[in-house]
Amino acid sequence: MPIDVDATVIANTRLSDDYSVLALEAPDVASLAEPGQFVMIKPSAGVDPLLRRPFSIFEILRDANGSPTGISLLNKRIGIGTALLYEATPGSRLGCLGPLGRPFEPVSPPAEAWMVAGGVGLAPFVTLSEALSARGTKSRLFYGARKSSDLTHVDLFERLGVEAVLATEDGSRGMHGFVTAALEAALRATPQSQEIRLYACGPTPMMRAVAKLAAAHGRRCDVSLEQVMGCGLGGCYSCVVLTHTGGGAPHFVRSCIDGPVFDATRILWDALVH
Amino acid sequence: MDLSVSIGSLTLANPLIAASGCFGYGVEYADVVDLSTLGGVAVKGLFLAEREGHPPPRIVETPAGMLNAIGLQGIGVHRFVREKLPELRDRRAVVFVNICGTTVDEYCEIARILSDHEGVAAIELNISCPNIKEGGITFGCDLNGTHNVVSAVRKVTPLPVIPKLTPNVTNVASFARAAEAAGADAVSLVNTFLAMAIDVHTRRPKLTNIVGGLSGPAIRPIAVRMVYECRQAVKLPIIGMGGIMTADDVLEFMIAGATAVQVGTANFVDPFIWKKILDGLRDYMTSHNIERLSSMTGTIDTTKRETAWISS
Repeated sequence: MPIDVDATVIANTRLSDDYSVLALEAPDVASLAEPGQFVMIKPSAGVDPLLRRPFSIFEILRDANGSPTGISLLNKRIGIGTALLYEATPGSRLGCLGPLGRPFEPVSPPAEAWMVAGGVGLAPFVTLSEALSARGTKSRLFYGARKSSDLTHVDLFERLGVEAVLATEDGSRGMHGFVTAALEAALRATPQSQEIRLYACGPTPMMRAVAKLAAAHGRRCDVSLEQVMGCGLGGCYSCVVLTHTGGGAPHFVRSCIDGPVFDATRILWDALVH
Repeated sequence: MDLSVSIGSLTLANPLIAASGCFGYGVEYADVVDLSTLGGVAVKGLFLAEREGHPPPRIVETPAGMLNAIGLQGIGVHRFVREKLPELRDRRAVVFVNICGTTVDEYCEIARILSDHEGVAAIELNISCPNIKEGGITFGCDLNGTHNVVSAVRKVTPLPVIPKLTPNVTNVASFARAAEAAGADAVSLVNTFLAMAIDVHTRRPKLTNIVGGLSGPAIRPIAVRMVYECRQAVKLPIIGMGGIMTADDVLEFMIAGATAVQVGTANFVDPFIWKKILDGLRDYMTSHNIERLSSMTGTIDTTKRETAWISS
């Protein structure tokens, strides 16, 4: 059951002109959260902007004893709401509803987990990496961005025992080009006897490319989709994605309650908005 | 303190009804709100058959509001009575079933099916959805069409029949009168205002459907005016709605002439809003020494003008 808290902003750390990490005091949301779940954030107290925005839970914040004290969000300034959040100051309060949505299923050894993140799509993978680390699952993160300064928190993943494979479109860090090229090379180099589960989150063209590679190499791939979302609870039917139904006509399902994590083979990628 | 209100033969524990299209089939919200504590739950509009609705984007935010063009995605009445109604009944929800049709016969067929099942409190006739080409609003924008569909459904069901009126007409009150003459038990108003939003850089519409229905606080003053006009035109109970976010908003609609209200878009913003509004109504009743909330309906005092707000 989700809860709604008036969360105090503990810190808002700017990573670049576009990205910030917003730390919120929300112990109850933090202690309920499962890997890959999201919250609905109200960026201002008034009615303009009116709606909440969905955000993956980025980190679970803990005190010295390891007890959950809050969550952080990886925010990229794009529109009115994300601009307000980029400017949010410590001490201010934001409505925080959650945790919501179908979580990732972390695989256990001997299977390996390969996460594929593009830009702000990194957000759901810290909580997944923690769950994988707790299981002792060997994990890799294929992480791409436009430029070096957009790559963030790589050391956090490395501390969790995740092998990071980086790529930038301008070649300023890691491999030069799309992260999917690095993924393809790794898939080719890995024997079929090694079980691998792929997890992808990022721009739609990237997720679509990952889904295609996964299918070509016979690997299961779960994607975390971001859609325009009105309520987060299944009430408004705005966040739908078109899915295969096994022979029947394609069907719109709500990404807030049936997702945001989907088996990539369910998605009609041609119909997905990006 | 009595918050109950009556819509014809139906008594609601309080005037708050979850608005159709804003609350799924009700069961989605059972984790966050005890459905039996609401005055009623108006479920998502149902045709006879399942429908997929429009491709996304289906909503876009606008100043103090939002546009939607969902296109009435739905599971159809047969699956509804099989898969959703039993749980709603178990949870003691007062269920208003919003129904849609492309023909008068379809409305009647759905009404008959619902009448055969326990747990339906009332039928809300959707004759006002702005987002579908066929049916619905073609009845709601024509006085004869409104009269025909209401009187036909009236003949096939013992349940209260409540047409939901569109604001996208010149004179909503005339449609309330047509509904009353056709035997409606109440009217609910207003559905959303037909609207659009365009990206000026690409010159493209922001919704797949190009146009959509505007809801939220942006429309509230217009909706209040329309309730006020209808109150003067008909004796029927009016279920008022449009951008209600607070107890004061509920009271404004009631004073304008509404017997009950629906809350829609606000539930997206805050699914825990119901208790907050009910607490606010109780506070108002205490401070204004109101014993029965229903006594507020239609009590607008037009003999004087309020001016205290000017210096606020």
